[in-house]
Amino acid sequence: MNKTASKLAIESLQKSPSGIKGFDEITGGGLPTGRPTLICGGAGCGKTLFGLEFLVRGATQFNEPGILLSFEETIEELTKNVASLGFDLEDLVKNKKIALDYVRVERSEIEETGEYDLEGLFIRLAYAIDSIGAKRVVLDTIESLFAGLPNQLILRAELRRLFRWLKEKGVTAIITGERGDKTFTRQGLEEYVSDCVIMLDHRVTEQTSTRRLRVVKYRGSTHGTNEYPFLIDENGFSVLPVTSLGLNHTVSNKRVSSGITLLDKMLEGKGYYRGSTVLVSGTAGVGKTSIAAHFAEAACKRGERVLYFCFEESPDQLMRNMLSIGIKLEPWVQKGLLQFHATRPTLYGLEMHLAVTHKIVNAFKPDIVILDPVNTFVVSDKEYEVKTMLMRIVDFLKSKNITALFTSLTSGDTSLENSDVGISSLIDTWLLLRDIELSSERNRGMYVLKSRGMANSNQIREFILTDHGVELREVYIGASGGLTGSARVAQEALEDAELLKRKHEIEHKKREIERKRKALESKIATLHADFDSEESEAVKLIKAEQDIIKKLEQDKMEMAISRKAVMEKRAPVNLKKSL
Amino acid sequence: MKKTKLKIKETPGKVEQLMPEQHQRKYILRLYITGTTNRSIMAITNLKKICEEYLEGQYDLEVIDLYKNPNLAEGDQIIASPTLIKKLPLPFRRIIGDMSNTENVLLGLDIREVKKS
Repeated sequence: MNKTASKLAIESLQKSPSGIKGFDEITGGGLPTGRPTLICGGAGCGKTLFGLEFLVRGATQFNEPGILLSFEETIEELTKNVASLGFDLEDLVKNKKIALDYVRVERSEIEETGEYDLEGLFIRLAYAIDSIGAKRVVLDTIESLFAGLPNQLILRAELRRLFRWLKEKGVTAIITGERGDKTFTRQGLEEYVSDCVIMLDHRVTEQTSTRRLRVVKYRGSTHGTNEYPFLIDENGFSVLPVTSLGLNHTVSNKRVSSGITLLDKMLEGKGYYRGSTVLVSGTAGVGKTSIAAHFAEAACKRGERVLYFCFEESPDQLMRNMLSIGIKLEPWVQKGLLQFHATRPTLYGLEMHLAVTHKIVNAFKPDIVILDPVNTFVVSDKEYEVKTMLMRIVDFLKSKNITALFTSLTSGDTSLENSDVGISSLIDTWLLLRDIELSSERNRGMYVLKSRGMANSNQIREFILTDHGVELREVYIGASGGLTGSARVAQEALEDAELLKRKHEIEHKKREIERKRKALESKIATLHADFDSEESEAVKLIKAEQDIIKKLEQDKMEMAISRKAVMEKRAPVNLKKSL
Repeated sequence: MKKTKLKIKETPGKVEQLMPEQHQRKYILRLYITGTTNRSIMAITNLKKICEEYLEGQYDLEVIDLYKNPNLAEGDQIIASPTLIKKLPLPFRRIIGDMSNTENVLLGLDIREVKKS
């Protein structure tokens, strides 16, 4: 912002940064240098504070000393009033960074006796400017002069001269003015100060008040034209240029675990995208906060910073409740990684909530922001406003690459998907928790309604809160539909029994076969043995027969020898063959 | 002046006897002007005339040029020029303008009352 702004300033108009958060952004650099600016608004809208902060920031941050000419509050009052905002005026005055001058105009003391001018005021101002080399001047409600000095003709002429003189002096001036009926200021100061007019407003709608700022005109410069909410708190003024954001934030491909393993698995096994917006919606008591707490705890374990806005429970209550499901958040709070902000949604208006969120987020610089729950903002039927507010929050967090988790309570009687339609288009990952009523039981189910940019699971998981956190279970899908709770448990037991039975049967079969194999083997063995004995018997017989044949032959031979007969040698009978 | 006050406190009821008439009615005036503008000069002339006429010997007039002593403007809460400050007698008054309206100057200086008493 700084570079572009200063570049613009050289081309067109030089600007003096006010140092007020956000204001320099909507005006493209601050107030016009060397020109007077009119700040107008009703009582108590912060005109004086704007002026003072302009001076203090100028003196401390931009090395531009400043002068406050106060027509309403005395120096002591002013010093005390702004001390509560962290400005040490006394010190600045001592160091000649700021000069304060209280101009008292008491009607009862003054007697007019002819022509006069306001040269005295000019001299005081000039003296003060020269004494500290002031670059900035604030005239806090110069309109008080109109009450003190009766001759309006002279006064108006002198005011015109004063503003011209301020321009000649080259000081950047702020002139505050009370808001009039139809004019910006009661005395029509805008007639004299027309370079830059800023309107402050303090509006109460439905019992909640919101401060707003608008740049009515800014000669020679472009500026944001909307009404911007602003805050006055212990750090002074901050304006929030919330609607100036475009849709051009860079995205991250990194993933961040949800803290629940099975839920991560449903989201491609990696979890949410970093910098995305997650909505957890569901009816009362389905465990939205538990999912948020898991996410917070997991992030803290990774050493990331988490900002937790709770709008319904106090931090202590929340931490106690989360302990019952085994999530310990307190150590992280003590370590400073986790910060709670508990406010009632009705404490201030939507814009203010937005402003506070901005401020806290900017101060804490978290990686993760949790808003629990978002729809408590919808006090009445201001749904459109709530939507724009959430859109701004989402945009803002995305631009900072902060992962956001919102929880949203949906009423039971309407369709869950419908009731959140207001913000659904802003959401990247939407987890829907719903209760499933079956066989006189109420169980929790969860599914991923949508998750941009990832192949998410389409399964409904049963969602169980245990003493060690959230568990997700597969839902039993049977012939009669999904089963949850005890019905699922019963069904699972039934299946387990069946399985066991089958296992037994298989064992049994295995043993049977083994037994049969053994029987067969023993049979084979006996057969082998029988055969062996028969074989040896046969061999014996054959041997005996052969012996007999041999004996017979020998006998024949011996007989022939004894007869001395010549016998033809006959071919011996092949006994083996005949065998 | 402090002395006078003390005396008043110490002897209530005897003020008239203790203090001479002129001293009690001494006018301490201070006129702030801005250089030699027409209005400044007119204011000085007009005021001197009035003083001589109505307060001869009873007044103490100091003329301060703001251009020369700009630091004095803050102390006496000067915004208009010329401004005449009546420090004493009380009540404190500031009379602004070129003193051309004699009636108003006299009113501002409470001279009418002086004359009456």
